[in-house]
Amino acid sequence: MSLLDTQRGFRDHILAGVDAPLRGASERGLAVYRHAYRAQLIANLRDTYEKTWAWLGDNAFDSAARHHVETHAPESWTLSEYGGDFVQTLRTLHPDDPEIADLAWLDWSLRRAFEGPNADAVKPEALAQVDWDNAVLIFVPTLVMGKVVTNSAAIWGALAEEKTPPAAERLASPASVRIWRSDLTPKYRTIESFEQRALILAMAGSSFADLCSLLVEDGDTDRAAQNVGTALASWLQDGLISAVRGRQA
Amino acid sequence: MTAIPVFKGFGLGLRPPHFNEFLERGDLVDFVEVISENFMVPGGRPLHVLDRVRERYPVAMHGVSMSIGSADGVKIDYLRRLKALADRVDPLWVSDHLCWTGVDGFNSHDLLPMPYTEEAMDLVCANIARAQDVLERPLMMENASTYLTFADDQMTEWEFISEMCRRTGCYLLLDVNNIYVSGTNHGFDPDTYLAGIPVDCVRQMHLAGHSQGRDLLIDTHDEPVPDPVWALYKKACERFGSLATMIERDDNIPPLADLLAELDVARQKAGDWTRAA
Repeated sequence: MSLLDTQRGFRDHILAGVDAPLRGASERGLAVYRHAYRAQLIANLRDTYEKTWAWLGDNAFDSAARHHVETHAPESWTLSEYGGDFVQTLRTLHPDDPEIADLAWLDWSLRRAFEGPNADAVKPEALAQVDWDNAVLIFVPTLVMGKVVTNSAAIWGALAEEKTPPAAERLASPASVRIWRSDLTPKYRTIESFEQRALILAMAGSSFADLCSLLVEDGDTDRAAQNVGTALASWLQDGLISAVRGRQA
Repeated sequence: MTAIPVFKGFGLGLRPPHFNEFLERGDLVDFVEVISENFMVPGGRPLHVLDRVRERYPVAMHGVSMSIGSADGVKIDYLRRLKALADRVDPLWVSDHLCWTGVDGFNSHDLLPMPYTEEAMDLVCANIARAQDVLERPLMMENASTYLTFADDQMTEWEFISEMCRRTGCYLLLDVNNIYVSGTNHGFDPDTYLAGIPVDCVRQMHLAGHSQGRDLLIDTHDEPVPDPVWALYKKACERFGSLATMIERDDNIPPLADLLAELDVARQKAGDWTRAA
């Protein structure tokens, strides 16, 4: 048997166990590799989804993790990329407990921010000379947004502080959460719908002046400008903006 | 390609529970070893810590994902990422394991055993040559713990490693615990293994603990170095001289002071051969 065939057979055996026997190798040795493969991936999911694990407890978490490992083989050379779709696995396994998938999304996104690309945030005083009519905001590369349907942010926060988390509650309507890293610390904040819409437009490259016009409601341009200004102040304070550039002609 | 000079020192792995102590003091060990993949990330705290630690200590880069034995070749994107980290760190050396981790896009994230055949030799040597070309430096390969052998093996592990080093110019990271674990599991004599390794190709030694599984010894890195491994280490020092030695501890990680005390034992065991050298 060629080396390639041997390795494909070994892979198939790790994934399928006794359903894919490997000729010429001892069962007691193969059992070690089958076990190590699963134990490593489950430990990795526990590490990545630490708060979700704390919320679910060992048994329920490991049951979901085992299911995920059996249905999702790793492809990347780095374990840190394994398990992004565990959020969907949890959503499927726990359709009546939506806070679980919400918590998992927070865990995953905060972990990505933890080791995401570096970028210095601009200081508010550096913006004194900006031509706001043509200003386009550049955000730190770790910034992402998502929606949660439960009070998962409060649960995650309580678990992070090792406090008793609140009972899970479904929100009246989905809430937007932005996640980013400030200096070395991943952070999250639940935001209002106006800021969410402004952030989507700004991240897509709309100029500051366009934000003010696109977000007018009921013809009240002053109110729109005021709200965009409030959002900008929050973005600056949280270290979300890495640069302000002039709009390209 | 420049040679890897002999570096005589005693080091520990850079693990998150000990980050702050390594950041605060620059005299704890002679070098630190990092798991390369943990720092092959875009940014954030891992690289921040590594840069600060590098200011204080020589760093050895030790990888687990090169998969030098994969029949479908080493991955060029992985090697380029590894080279970028090496360019940033300027390490003592870059090492990985004689194993394969996956094939056809599948990655087990485990160190899977190689058959010791002529075909595997040709493949591994070609992959090492390719990796050394991309990295622009010689590699150091570690003997992995194994839990099975293949019916079509054509040579022993030490014969395979010796020929691999001769053909490629790569160096050997001799894991003393892995020799003991594999020797116990497969019934070979660790002394014969040591005697079969060319003296000039070894540049570093690993020490670690292991656990008794149901049928086999398992390389768990979750226990102190046991007496049989210390005894084998002393014999290795007798043959290879005192070389860079590092204690691996990846689970059940104790306070740093405990590991430093264990490293002092390694210094004592190697002491006679340090003086002789």
